[in-house]
Amino acid sequence: MHITDHTATELAEKIKLGEIGVTEAVKASLERIGASERAVGAFLTVEPEKALERAREVEDGIRSGRYAGPLAGVPVAVKDNICTNGTRTTCASRILENFVPFYDATAVKLLEDAGMVILGKTNMDEFAMGSTTETSAFAVTKNPWNTGHVPGGSSGGSCAAVAAGECFAALGSDTGGSIRQPSSYCGVAGIKPTYGTVSRYGLIAYASSLDQIGPIGRSVSDCAALLSVIAAHDEKDSTSVKRGDTDFMSALGDSPRGLRIGIPNEYLSDGLDPDVRDAVGRAAEWLKDAGATVDCFDLGLMEYTIPTYYVIASAEASSNLERFDGVKYGYRAAEYEGLHDMYKRSRSEGFGEEVKRRIMLGSFVLSSGYYDAYYLKALRVKALIKRAFDDAFSRFDIILGPAAPTAAPKLGTSLSDPMKMYLSDIYTVAVNLAGLPGLSVPCTVNGLGLPVGVQLIGDCFAEKKLFTAGAAIEAARAADGETRFTRPVSVCGGAEEAAHTGKECAR
Amino acid sequence: MAEIITDKTMDEIEILAKLHLTAAEKEKSRGEMQRMLDYVDMLNRLDTSDVEPLTHIFPVENVFRDDEVEESTPKEQLLANAPQEKDGQFLVPKTIG
Repeated sequence: MHITDHTATELAEKIKLGEIGVTEAVKASLERIGASERAVGAFLTVEPEKALERAREVEDGIRSGRYAGPLAGVPVAVKDNICTNGTRTTCASRILENFVPFYDATAVKLLEDAGMVILGKTNMDEFAMGSTTETSAFAVTKNPWNTGHVPGGSSGGSCAAVAAGECFAALGSDTGGSIRQPSSYCGVAGIKPTYGTVSRYGLIAYASSLDQIGPIGRSVSDCAALLSVIAAHDEKDSTSVKRGDTDFMSALGDSPRGLRIGIPNEYLSDGLDPDVRDAVGRAAEWLKDAGATVDCFDLGLMEYTIPTYYVIASAEASSNLERFDGVKYGYRAAEYEGLHDMYKRSRSEGFGEEVKRRIMLGSFVLSSGYYDAYYLKALRVKALIKRAFDDAFSRFDIILGPAAPTAAPKLGTSLSDPMKMYLSDIYTVAVNLAGLPGLSVPCTVNGLGLPVGVQLIGDCFAEKKLFTAGAAIEAARAADGETRFTRPVSVCGGAEEAAHTGKECAR
Repeated sequence: MAEIITDKTMDEIEILAKLHLTAAEKEKSRGEMQRMLDYVDMLNRLDTSDVEPLTHIFPVENVFRDDEVEESTPKEQLLANAPQEKDGQFLVPKTIG
């Protein structure tokens, strides 16, 4: 077994037993990055020297007992909208092309405190606005399973890096599905935690009332372990929640027996790809076999979630992104006439098309005369959407559904029609509006060799139930002989590579 | 019926959004914005007359702390990312005639 074939928790266990060294693991990841990046393009920044230096430090720390957690020594990647002290953090935007933070995001500090090793920063849709990672100003990331297809977005770089074995886990962020949808496309597990669970301090804001940082891993247990590391109350984030139940790994061994699973009828209606419908069906069967009950029900208000989301998210984005004015940090236009023109030209040259589109929509819905009709109206509908979920969770423990209407689309087919791209967020945005946790779990592989995941949605603070059910799906999938999630075929190239992974690459 | 986005509205949005658009960009954006607002208009099908706007999912309370003097970020760190600085300050274009 090649080092990069381990899950994060398996690797940490072997590091603890002294079977694998931290430096050895970091080197293996860097080699994998060297071999795969040309095909995948998941990273915007890789810092080999810093990672190797840190590996030696962590090795000492594990020996001395300073790092004793379940992920000590594990190499990880961080999405490029999460601040890393001394390492360029761009949000995949020209406007932040040369921005080097002088502090760590709280989630990053917690990774460091747990003895994890950061390899680099991953590509994303610019300011997390997009569903394919194609709005990045710097690079195209490809789906490791089929490089003619997108990895999804906006955390496409993080999910592709985990899928390609370039890192053992990664941090992403999710404002309207940006962890769950690319996780589904890339065949990895990813969770958007309950709002307030992970500090947003150091996460460059898109829509503050919806943004959450979350873990992406090769297995459900890796997600649970990483969430246990980064979930903590933080006085630097005024919306951070004090919750004591952050030992998420304790839920992994629990039986799903008796869990009440509900599938909204609307989630299986027209427009759903047959492969995705099949994946949801299989997950339902697996959970039923494990002792859960599964029933269909009407959730309601589904068609209203996307307009509500885009009004609220754009409004918050227009306000949050006002800070990019060419004065304190970021890009400043070379030519301008006076202060106001400097603002306008710096922003127009620094922001990409999708970001400008949302800033304009947000500026409009917040403007005098339209605020009540659009922004307040959306907040009222948000209240109704929250009520619909409250009602559902009075009857069910978990809502099961798709993470996206299809498997990963082809590269270059999504950006020409923004409305169509927005509609693909139909299964994910409501979860952010209601502050709920949502876990994406790999389920099947379609005829094009592309993974299809399903989404498990829980009530606020019910992550443990999601991990229990997610682990059950994973176990049933393995028992069914579905082993294809171990390694995407497309990134297996070269003799050395084939020697490491053997049979899988021969397939 | 959704609000009609006129050229005048686009001029106002340009000011609010602090963006500079060419005539072609403005026309394209006007069309996209109109299409989006026509779509968002469906929210008016829902009667929300007795629903309070939901800003926060969890109740938010003021967080109080003692007003203690703490070490702040050194000036040179704060200025390190500035496009232009002079004498330890952010340099901006002349604003007073």
